[in-house]
Amino acid sequence: MSEAHKMDTPEQSAFRNHCKEWLANNHPGRPTVKLPLGALELSDPEALAWLQKWQKSAYDAGLIGCDYPKEVGGGGMDNCQSIANTEMQRVQTPYLPNIIGMGMAAPTVLFHARDEVKAELLPKLFSGEEIWCQGFSEPGAGSDLANQQTFAERDGDNWVINGHKVWTSLAHFAEWMILLCRTSKDDKYNGLSYFVVPIKKALGNGVTVRPLIKLTGETGFNEVIFDNLIVDDRYRLDDVGAGWKVAMTTLSHERGAGPMTTPASGGMAVEEEEGAQTNSAMALIQLAKQQYRNGKTAADDPLIRDDLIKMMIRQEAFRQNQRRASVPSLTDHPMRIPLQFKLVATEMAQDLQQVAYEVEGAASTLYVNDDNAPVKGQWPLAYMNSFGVTIAAGANEVQRNILGERVLGMPKSK
Amino acid sequence: MTEQPKNFGFGEDETMLKDSAQKFFSDNCSPDKIHGQVARDPSIHRPIETIWDKSLWQQVVELGWTAVCIPEAAGGIGMPLVAAVAIAEEAGKAAFPSPLISTYCATFTLMACDTDTANKALGDIATGTATTLAITNRDGSWESTDTDVSVVDGKLTGTAWFVQDAKKSDRFVVSAKGENGVGLYLVEATAANIDIIADGIIDLTRDQAHITFDAAQCTELAAQGAGDKALDAAMPSILTIVSADMVGAGEWLLQTTTEYTKTRVQFDRPLGFFQAVKHPLVNVMLDIDRTKSLVYNSACSIDSGESNTELNARMAKSQASDMAVFSSSRAIQFHGGIGFTWECFVHIFFKRQMHNHVLYGDAKYQRAKLADMVIGKAA
Repeated sequence: MSEAHKMDTPEQSAFRNHCKEWLANNHPGRPTVKLPLGALELSDPEALAWLQKWQKSAYDAGLIGCDYPKEVGGGGMDNCQSIANTEMQRVQTPYLPNIIGMGMAAPTVLFHARDEVKAELLPKLFSGEEIWCQGFSEPGAGSDLANQQTFAERDGDNWVINGHKVWTSLAHFAEWMILLCRTSKDDKYNGLSYFVVPIKKALGNGVTVRPLIKLTGETGFNEVIFDNLIVDDRYRLDDVGAGWKVAMTTLSHERGAGPMTTPASGGMAVEEEEGAQTNSAMALIQLAKQQYRNGKTAADDPLIRDDLIKMMIRQEAFRQNQRRASVPSLTDHPMRIPLQFKLVATEMAQDLQQVAYEVEGAASTLYVNDDNAPVKGQWPLAYMNSFGVTIAAGANEVQRNILGERVLGMPKSK
Repeated sequence: MTEQPKNFGFGEDETMLKDSAQKFFSDNCSPDKIHGQVARDPSIHRPIETIWDKSLWQQVVELGWTAVCIPEAAGGIGMPLVAAVAIAEEAGKAAFPSPLISTYCATFTLMACDTDTANKALGDIATGTATTLAITNRDGSWESTDTDVSVVDGKLTGTAWFVQDAKKSDRFVVSAKGENGVGLYLVEATAANIDIIADGIIDLTRDQAHITFDAAQCTELAAQGAGDKALDAAMPSILTIVSADMVGAGEWLLQTTTEYTKTRVQFDRPLGFFQAVKHPLVNVMLDIDRTKSLVYNSACSIDSGESNTELNARMAKSQASDMAVFSSSRAIQFHGGIGFTWECFVHIFFKRQMHNHVLYGDAKYQRAKLADMVIGKAA
């Protein structure tokens, strides 16, 4: 029996058995549609529908929202989501599509919405029937998130919203958006408020969603324009002017540092048939063994070998940091490692994919539309896409400020 | 692969030990005190001498810290490697001048010998006999089969180089080549026909020597052909313990430099306000955390009897060496002009890190070994 099992509480132990048993009989198997690398890149409605079916079945079986109260559609358990996650990942289930809903909207709604709104929204969020997106970034509010210009004006029991949101993943499928906006121009931070807004219902009637095209040529995220969208006051989270505080709940969960564990399924290599895993040092080593130059492989070049092993070490260190972060006595500040995760994971992937250019050599010039491209051009594509995550969710420069200020206690850089 | 404990094996006993080590060093081994002791003479042509507080070493022995990992059957306490890692980390944070880390390295080697003579030597370490490895040749090779000492008719002749804490040690574990390969031999520091010649070194918190043997008496610890194998078997533990010392020193450098950037004002602002200072210090923290987790993992994999201990240990030392250079260089740089002086304590830790950086192989050396293991030998 593994150590993880030995430390289970009786509730966790019973739940782990339930997960194992259910997954043994209900794994959805290989997808019948082509899936992108992650939920945020979903563009095909059929792929979404296939994943929604999987999420609903996992929710119905109790594997999603386990630690949320029963009254809001959760499982009412203690520390069981991580067990469901481990068991789903162990058998390599497909990823869950409602990633922003579960990872960011759900904890924010739980901690800040009125009870009847929680009960209204969370069951269909967990089941994946209603997809969520996040309306934080604006053309003038990126790393300086509090510089929100989208404005909500009170009109009796309603709010009238006008503004422009960008980089909105999944907005083209979303029923709901978590929205940070301004309700007062008098104070930068205390003039912010937070809403959940039904965007799909309002398409063409106050809401326009348009795709943005990435530097790769792919779509995947959107801009959302609000033109006198009317929203009921019941969908305001927390007090008027408390938007920044509510946004911190969202962001701490986005960074994996919040109190609620995000439901996470995965491990199924979706691009398996194309042989393009672009996120592990071992995959890069395999690539290096296949790329020939002057009669030898890239894996025979001493400088490239050094780079490959550096990446392997960083990947292992990340894994061991995750392990250490869960043991309070082995970290001197509880947020020291969790606040590193986003920064470290995204830079590690970017650097890994950058090494792939050197490994592929001249062939790294070939793109996905060229039949001669190594592994269908997936490595350069992954490298270009890697900037999405080093910039998103607080650019990594902002992450370094956060770590320096909150963990090391250095003076604020603003 | 067996699943390892999530807490790396840091149970109640190990955590208590770490806390008491931390307290011991903060009570007895402040940077101020160390600096007053080992940095008395800044002269570049200062005489080569060994300065250390022997009474503090005696206390360490009485606390049982030399005995922690030695099996109970050999007279030790029989705790896991993570216990020694906990102590080494705190020793590094205090830049503790003592033969503690070098004695741990000899301990792991003796444990790998599995002979009566080695077990007896372990029992002596448990009661305070400082023992160090003399296993390196003139070129500074870290390969277990490389030695400039030969064994003829049971006597040692030749020179062992880069012997750590030699002048503080009571005994040496010497690797020597004979007709049938490399063996390991125990030599008393007081033995006849040996000459311990202290090196003039940069690190102020330890001493180093080369030792010349001229038909010196010795006791066999591992037979010819078994000595290099014992060293190879001990190497994961050796790399782990040295890396743990580096984690502690790195943390001291990070905390001290961070505090300085909060108080030192330039351009009307504390230095830490500037992202050109803040961001690299955060990078130092990331580097330390990577190293710490890899070190704990390495120790835990050794304690769990895993088969991939060399892999884990070399990953840890590679990361530790890179971190040692980075943490110490940034500490000097961000202390500015004062950091460049002898009176600022930072150089004590800088020099210890740079010394540890190369011990048992620097980062690139470790990665070349790892590449052979993971990718296969290059064509």
